[in-house]
Amino acid sequence: MSSVATAPKKGFDFKAFLANNGALVGLVILCLALFIATPRFLTGPNLLNIGIQVSTIAVMAFGMTFVIVAAGIDLSVGSVAALSAMGSSYAITTAGLPDGLSIPIGLAVGALCGWVTGAMSAYGKLPTFIASLAMLTVVRGLTLVISDGRPISTSSSVSWLGDDLGPIPMPIVILVVSGLLAAFVLNRTVIGKNAFAVGGNTEAARLSGIPVKRVLVTVFVISGVFAALSGMILAGRLDSAQPTLASGYELDAIAAVVIGGASLSGGVGRISGTLIGALVLAVIRNGLNLLSVSAFWQQVVIGAVIAIAVGFDVLRRKNVKH
Amino acid sequence: MGNDALLVLDKVCKSFGPVQVIDEVTVEVHAGKVSVLLGENGAGKSTLIKMIAGVHEPDAGRILMDGKAVKIPNTKASEALGIATIHQELNLVPSMTIAENITLGRVPRKFGIINRRAMRQIARDAMDKLGLKLDVDTPVGELGLAQQQLVEIAKALSLDARVLILDEPTAALTKSEIAHLFSVVNTLKAQGVGMVFISHHLDEIAEIGDFVNVLRDGKFIATVPADTEENELVRLMVGRDIDAQFPRVATEPGEQPLLSVKNLSDGMLKDISLEVRPGEVVALAGLMGAGRTELIRAIAGADKYSSGSVAVNGKKLASFDVAAATRAGIGHVPEDRKTQGLVLDASVAENIGYATMASTAKSGLVDRKGQKARAQQVAERLRIRMGSIDAPIRSLSGGNQQKAVFGRWFTAGAKVLLLDEPTRGVDVGAKVEIYELINEITASGGCVLMASSELPEVLGMSDRVLVMSQGRIAGELATEEATQDAIMSLAVSNVHREEEMGTK
Ligand SMILES: Nc1ncnc2c1ncn2[C@@H]1O[C@H](COP(=O)(O)OP(=O)(O)OP(=O)(O)O)[C@@H](O)[C@H]1O
Ligand SMILES: [Mg+2]
Repeated sequence: MSSVATAPKKGFDFKAFLANNGALVGLVILCLALFIATPRFLTGPNLLNIGIQVSTIAVMAFGMTFVIVAAGIDLSVGSVAALSAMGSSYAITTAGLPDGLSIPIGLAVGALCGWVTGAMSAYGKLPTFIASLAMLTVVRGLTLVISDGRPISTSSSVSWLGDDLGPIPMPIVILVVSGLLAAFVLNRTVIGKNAFAVGGNTEAARLSGIPVKRVLVTVFVISGVFAALSGMILAGRLDSAQPTLASGYELDAIAAVVIGGASLSGGVGRISGTLIGALVLAVIRNGLNLLSVSAFWQQVVIGAVIAIAVGFDVLRRKNVKH
Repeated sequence: MGNDALLVLDKVCKSFGPVQVIDEVTVEVHAGKVSVLLGENGAGKSTLIKMIAGVHEPDAGRILMDGKAVKIPNTKASEALGIATIHQELNLVPSMTIAENITLGRVPRKFGIINRRAMRQIARDAMDKLGLKLDVDTPVGELGLAQQQLVEIAKALSLDARVLILDEPTAALTKSEIAHLFSVVNTLKAQGVGMVFISHHLDEIAEIGDFVNVLRDGKFIATVPADTEENELVRLMVGRDIDAQFPRVATEPGEQPLLSVKNLSDGMLKDISLEVRPGEVVALAGLMGAGRTELIRAIAGADKYSSGSVAVNGKKLASFDVAAATRAGIGHVPEDRKTQGLVLDASVAENIGYATMASTAKSGLVDRKGQKARAQQVAERLRIRMGSIDAPIRSLSGGNQQKAVFGRWFTAGAKVLLLDEPTRGVDVGAKVEIYELINEITASGGCVLMASSELPEVLGMSDRVLVMSQGRIAGELATEEATQDAIMSLAVSNVHREEEMGTK
């Protein structure tokens, strides 16, 4: 009697690959279809354009992945992105602080917002949905208060986030770097592994000695920091921090994470999946634009895609579990 | 056995991915008979009955009901055939009441509106059969594991099935509830209900079973009468002899107490004081609801307590702080592995490693190699049967999951082990491995406080026995004098006293 019953067969199991990478397969099919449908899809400028489009949502969704893996949800990310972008610009262009502080201030604002949301749900026992919903409104309100409802021009270091690094747009560079960083933190560090444990079974995690409350606060801080980064990229591209910046982005970020295979009940999620989820959304938007589908119909299509993608995933999971 | 079988699994097979779990097994269920499934953890017992319950469909082979081949693609189909199943792991909705859980999926209706009165009646009838006196409007989440298990049994009984499947129903129960359950089983036998019964308690097999089907590694080994000698059953099931079932090696206990609890009180618990010295194994005995689980949880930091103190090595621990308790060397195997012990989606290695993840990390990075190596090592010692150390723990059999929870604290080097029914669902062979690890812990100066409803385990593995009754420690027995009767008379002592005083 051995402890290892039978070693799984080696070699490539195509069926299992398909089942585990539904979103990736969908993305490839989507790209192929667009490649056939329009010659304008597979061109350098268009791909860079998609890359820039995807960067803001993806960066935000990277942070969201941590929260969702820990079985929470963060509805405040769009507002946090706006306040961070606003704060980073306000501190320099209005309050006159040195330019080098701009990005750190933006990130700190994001971290602080995340900390408040996390503390409200961990120590104040509010469900994350409610805590972050409250923050969504409060933070957006603060943004409007600070800016008095008007755009503020960005500091030069934030503008730099929207520029190019050689031939490659900075947003894409940030996307890659922050994606690698997020994946590393999620999979290799105690913080990330704790998030999985807490999301998978809070009670079991607690009884194993994992500091559940601290974990919850930490994932929200991470989400806030990534939201801040995303907000500053957006502001950098526009060269101004708009008070309405990134409003509604939280829904795209959540959709990206879920299309990427994470479970809203927690314990499951991958950064690579989230990136694919964000790409799916961006490619569909781009394709529909290229095919000049009206903006109204685009919303219908995107909603349907989210439902289908997640529906497939639920089915797959059901088959795996029993 | 003739062809009059109620239900036959005919040469069924089942694989999960590349692993064949059931290999051409044939099992018969006869009216008025209890057919026992016996096998080690991971032998395939639960997988087999899940084919009857509509959870898995066989890859090959047939299922015959009354001699006719049937398909059972889902639970509804199974119930429609008159089959009721009590699964090994509980399937209750914690936020719903007992009555709602018992009638789940078949709520009595009147003009399309839920008929609450009929619902309560169904629930009450089912509970009466088991002699259970609980308010059917209590949310299930407020019940202890044993009571939840009884609700699950009541739910199956309320279906009035022709075939009843019981997958380790007794694992979480104490003697008296088991006796109640068995009298129900005997009544059902007389009514002609065919039953399948799974248990790792060999004494129960002779008591309630008619014949025993032995499985090993997913293969059918033999069918023998239920009165076959226990040694023979073990040999059939494990394929080897087991020398000592309880290999306790007593160590001379140290002087200073390692764990000391002083005047601990909280709702259920009343002024509890106890000490466990290094090298000791102290058993907690008592009836269901005596407060053993509550006491263990309070000491472990899982629950708040209102007064009193817990100290390890003389150092006081904060109340309600598992992380602090863990750092002080406490390890806690909770009563319900599924809801309190395991992260089901995570791998075996991760589950074993949770208690050591932070302490072995270097600058915040998980020591992946070390964690895996440690998990592999303890998994081998406990003979955890798994696809691989990276397989999700969900895919392991119940007993193997239980071993993993124990393995977590052994790996963490816990000095004060708090065990709540540590061998629940673990087979006879693997129990011995767990006991060996307990010996190792006490030999190296650790101590164990173990709540157990299994008398043989209490007698065989502990150095002294504390009997609890209604939230108090009713008395202490040296293991030699701890007979069933001695324990029982202490366990009910408070009950009598309070009845006499008219407080109850
Ligand atoms: N969904 C699944 N995916 C992969 N493997 C599985 C799955 N379910 C069960 N197995 C494997 O099948 C084998 C038999 O499991 P099963 O639960 O039937 O054992 P069991 O005899 O009931 O054991 P126990 O006494 O511990 O309850 C185990 O090795 C288990 O790992
Ligand atoms: Mg089983």
